[in-house]
Amino acid sequence: MGRITAPFGPQHPVLPEPLHLNITYEDEKVVGLSPAIGYVHRGLEKTAEKKEYPENVFLVERVCGICSFMHAMTYCMGIEELMGIEIPPRAQYLRVFYSEISRLHSHLLWLGLFADAFGFENLFMQYWAAREKILDLMELTGGQRVILSSCAIGGIRRDLNAEQIDTAQGVLMQTEEELKRINPVMLNAYTVKQRTVGKGMLSREDALLYGAVGPMLRASGVAQDLRQTGYAAYRELGFAPVVETDGDSYARALVRVRETCQSIELARKALERLPEGEAAVKVKGNPDGETMQRVEQPRGELLYYIKGNGSKNLERLRIRTPTFANIPSLLKMLPGCEMADVPVIVLSIDPCISCTER
Amino acid sequence: MAKMISTVMSNLTHCPKTRLYPLEERQLPPGTRGQIEFDMTKCIFCSLCAKRCPADAITVDRKGKTLVFNPFRCIICESCLEGCPKDAISLFSHWRAPVTALYEQKYQPEPGQAGD
Ligand code: SF4
Ligand code: SF4
Repeated sequence: MGRITAPFGPQHPVLPEPLHLNITYEDEKVVGLSPAIGYVHRGLEKTAEKKEYPENVFLVERVCGICSFMHAMTYCMGIEELMGIEIPPRAQYLRVFYSEISRLHSHLLWLGLFADAFGFENLFMQYWAAREKILDLMELTGGQRVILSSCAIGGIRRDLNAEQIDTAQGVLMQTEEELKRINPVMLNAYTVKQRTVGKGMLSREDALLYGAVGPMLRASGVAQDLRQTGYAAYRELGFAPVVETDGDSYARALVRVRETCQSIELARKALERLPEGEAAVKVKGNPDGETMQRVEQPRGELLYYIKGNGSKNLERLRIRTPTFANIPSLLKMLPGCEMADVPVIVLSIDPCISCTER
Repeated sequence: MAKMISTVMSNLTHCPKTRLYPLEERQLPPGTRGQIEFDMTKCIFCSLCAKRCPADAITVDRKGKTLVFNPFRCIICESCLEGCPKDAISLFSHWRAPVTALYEQKYQPEPGQAGD
């Protein structure tokens, strides 16, 4: 039987981001592929060496629009470690709150896009309508809908007042109710199961072998989540990772659905237990030495390597984003699947190419 | 599927969730980062804001006493606002209509100003 090679992306209706896959088909079956990136490289790591270290907080936020807060937080955690800064407990709890609402909005965005990938437009709109409320909450608390700019070296720039906390609790409760209504459709609908169950299988061994991270890894039965390490206030709040064992696209959706509920719970707990006091400390001096920081983003493990030399400018900033670690798993997941399932499986890794290329 | 029927019915009886942009104005919550504004009666042209700005959106000519602000470079991070010794910068959190051309805002000293 003849083989043909056809490109998937960099422009594809299902995936707005420029991931390029050269896929070889035999009839309608995928038999091989080679992924390629490199369409949206912005040189942010180099730019970071030219800017002063406090300015870089705003630069790294722009690595990824969806998880901007967590990029800023990881960078700030690194600089704080280099400079020996102890941030106040209130800031730790607020960091958990902002991280979790970012995760919530990212997962809702993905769930909507996933539904859209197999043509379930109505579900897509329902998820995005729920996400809209979270974006409004981000604007109310952080000042902007996507790029929050509320994290700073030394703590949090935007402290919450009692009224904002009340509103946030209300919005989170409302979202929880709304998700109780929408989630069963995603999890039980016949059409959804037809397109996801048993598609894009990744076994536990393969997930570890290919270095998958985040919900991908947890959907294959590995209980690994960096929030277990207890950074920010996760240790005090108590945390257990969400794990599923099937390793298919449905399991990955299920992990994310369950994580949205977990995020709401964590964000609410952080607000309930929010300690009194200052939300930031003053910072003096320059960072010196090198450090590695790891944080659990919605898509998985984010890694920052920061090297300072005692001046205002950093010597090196290296960022590895979760999608970069998840792309190789496609080499295992796609071969053997039908051509029509390719978009759904590719989307199930929650690819974020702009942040991968920095 | 039956679960979605109630949603479909409520969608039929409710108005759209989207807004008619730009005809309809959006109510922004207080503290929204809209745009920054300079109060020229307070500014002393010290150029600290220009130094702190990560997006190079402000240029200050200390001798000529002019401040040029490019709102399209500004990322509304509030760094300048936090660093201004005279509290001459404030946040403008109202809805703004879209524009069709890029421009720069030029500020010059006003009569009775601190740095005059
Ligand atoms: S706005 Fe403030 S920081 Fe900027 S030049 Fe004027 S006084 Fe200085
Ligand atoms: S808000 Fe930020 S980007 Fe805008 S002018 Fe001030 S410092 Fe520059």
